[in-house]
Amino acid sequence: MGKNLLFVQGNEACVEAALYADLEFFAGYPITPSTEIAELLAYRLPRKGGKFIQMEDEMSSMCAIIGASLTGAKVMTATSGPGFSLMQEALGFAVMTETPCVLVNVQRGGPSTGLPTSASQGDVMQARWGTHGDHAIIALTASNNQDVFAMTVEAFNLSETYRTPVILLLDEVVAHTRERITLPEPGEIAVVKRLKTSVPEGTDYHPYLPREDGRLPMSDFGGIHRYNVTGLMHDMWGFPSTNPKIVYGLMRHLVDKIEGHTKEITRIKAFDADDAEFLLIAYGSSARTALHLVRNRRARGEKIGLLELQSLWPFPTDAVRDWCASVKCVIVVEMNMGQIYHEVTKAVDDASKVFLANQINGNFITPTDVLNFLRIIQGRGV
Amino acid sequence: MSKLTVRAYIRERFFPHIWCPGCGHGTIMGAMIRAIHHLGLKKKDVAVVSGIGCSARMAGYLDFHTLHTIHGRALAFATGLKLSRPELTLLVPMGDGDALAIGGNHLIHAARRNIDITAIIMNNNVYGMTGGQASPTTGYGDYASTVPYGNIDRAFDTVKLAVGAGATFVARTTTYHVTELITILEKAIRHKGFSVVEVLSQCPTYYGRRNDFASAVDMLTYYKTHTIPLGSKKNAETPELIERGIFIQQEKPEYCAEYDKIIETASKGR
Repeated sequence: MGKNLLFVQGNEACVEAALYADLEFFAGYPITPSTEIAELLAYRLPRKGGKFIQMEDEMSSMCAIIGASLTGAKVMTATSGPGFSLMQEALGFAVMTETPCVLVNVQRGGPSTGLPTSASQGDVMQARWGTHGDHAIIALTASNNQDVFAMTVEAFNLSETYRTPVILLLDEVVAHTRERITLPEPGEIAVVKRLKTSVPEGTDYHPYLPREDGRLPMSDFGGIHRYNVTGLMHDMWGFPSTNPKIVYGLMRHLVDKIEGHTKEITRIKAFDADDAEFLLIAYGSSARTALHLVRNRRARGEKIGLLELQSLWPFPTDAVRDWCASVKCVIVVEMNMGQIYHEVTKAVDDASKVFLANQINGNFITPTDVLNFLRIIQGRGV
Repeated sequence: MSKLTVRAYIRERFFPHIWCPGCGHGTIMGAMIRAIHHLGLKKKDVAVVSGIGCSARMAGYLDFHTLHTIHGRALAFATGLKLSRPELTLLVPMGDGDALAIGGNHLIHAARRNIDITAIIMNNNVYGMTGGQASPTTGYGDYASTVPYGNIDRAFDTVKLAVGAGATFVARTTTYHVTELITILEKAIRHKGFSVVEVLSQCPTYYGRRNDFASAVDMLTYYKTHTIPLGSKKNAETPELIERGIFIQQEKPEYCAEYDKIIETASKGR
C-alpha cells in the first residue's frame, strides 16, 4: 500500500497516469503552467523505451504526436492557453484523420499572454470550437489529483475507443496543487488498447471504412498496409473526395461517433444532489470550492448539492437536464464569463432558475465568493 | 536492378494529376521514383509526407505510405513519424511557400536535429495552388499577383539557409538536369541525416507568364543557360549563374540513433 502513495502536483499525477495508460510518445514545448509534464516525461519516457521530443513550437508538437500516433504509438502533448491556440489547426487534422491523441491544456488566464501563473477556466469553448469547421470533440476535466490520474487514463481510453483527439482541460490550481494520490496497481483501471485491423498483408485495407459499430480498426502507418491519410475530405481509402455523398457520410460519421455516444462518454460526480433544492454545477478546481461550500452548508441543514462535470464535451445535456429538473435553483461555478453556464441554460427546461457564480480576476474562486452569490440569489444579502 | 516500371509506383486511379501542362513537378516525381527504384527500396519501406500546395499533391499519386498534412507542417509530422518508426525511409516533398515561408521554422529545426529525412524543396518561385502569389523565393523585381508593382522582398537562398541551419546534405539542381536530379536524390536518400534538395521547377502558368517566359520550354532553357555545376572554372567569371550540385555532405550523429542512446542510458536507471 505504502509504495503506491505519492504526494504530487496535478501535473505529476497526469504524467503517472499517462505512463499507466501506456504512453509511448510525447512532443511538447515549454509553457507555464504545464511545463512540469514535459520535464517529467523527458526523464521518464526513455526509461521505459518511450520517446520524448521538445519541438520548436506548439504547432509542430501537435503535428509530431499525430505522426507518431499513426505509426501505432499512444501519444500526448501538454500546453497552456497560447500554445493551445497554436495547436488548433493540427487538432482539426487529428479530428479529420481520426488519429487518437491526448492534448492536455493546463488553463491559465487569457486572452493572449493573459495571466500565465493564475487560475482560469477560459478555454472551455476553445476546446469545443477552437479548430475550424464543424466537428465533435471530447474534453475531460478533473478537480483533484486522484481524479487527474483517473481522467488522464480515461482520456487515452476514449481517444482509442472513438479514434479521436481528447482534450484534458486541467487548470493552474489543479496542476500545481500538491496532494496525496494512490497509484492503482496495473490492471486496476482498465487501459484500452488500440483496435487494430485483422486484414492480412497483401489484402486491401480500407483505413476509413467504419465497421457496423462505427469503429475503424487501424493499421500502423508504415506497416503492412500502404494507405493515404489526408486532412481533405476523403473516401474509405483515405483519398480526397468532393463527392457530396461521401462528404456527407464522413461529416455524419465524425460527429455521430461522438455525439451519438454522449451517454457513454459522460462522466459526472454527484454530491448530495438527490434531495438538493440548490444545485451547484462545477468542474475542475472550481468543483473543489463548490464541494467545500456544499459540505459546509449541509452541516447547517441546507439542502444544497453539487454536480461535478468531469466530461465537458460532448456536453452531457440530458444528464444535466435530469439532475436540474426538480431543483429550485442551479448555480454554475466557474472561472470564466459563463462558458458552461450558457450550456446549462440551454440544457434545462427553465433557464430562469440558472445563475452564474464566477471569478475572472485571476484569483481562485473561493467558497466565500460562491456563498455570497448564493446569499444574494436566496434574497439574504451578503 | 529490375526493369523500371513507373506505373508500379503510382496510384493510377488518381491520374490525370492536377498539375498544369508544362509544370516541373511531375519531372521531380518521376525522378523520385527512379531514385527509389535505383536504390532498391521496397514500396513498404518508403513514406512520403507532404504539406499543402501543388507539391503536396504528389503524396496522393505515389503508392507508398502517404501522409498529406497541413500547410507548412509536413516536416513536423514527419519528425514524429520518423522518431516513432525510424526504419522508414522518409521523403518530404514541399513547395517553396510550404517549406520556406509557413514551414520555415520546421525546416531549420529539422536541419538542426539532423533527423534522417529527405526534404525535397520544389522551388517554382510562386504560390501555384492559390493562383500565383509571391513566395519567399520570388526574386527582387519579379512580378506576381500580390506584387503587381514588382517584388521588393528579397528571395531566400535555400541552399545557404539549409547549410546555415545545419543540414548535413544540401544540394540544388533543376528539372532540366533530370539525370543529375536522380543521382542527387539517390545520394540524398542514402545519406544518414537531414537532406535538403532544392529543385528549381518551372511554373509556366503563374510564374513564367508574369515574368517574361513565353513557355515551359523557355523556362527549362533558362535553367540550362543560367545554372552552372558547382566548382566549375567558369563560375568565378559568371557569378550571376546559379550553382548546381552537392554543397554539403557530411556525417554527423543522426537524431533517431542519438535518441536510441538516450533510451539505453535512461533504461540503465541513471
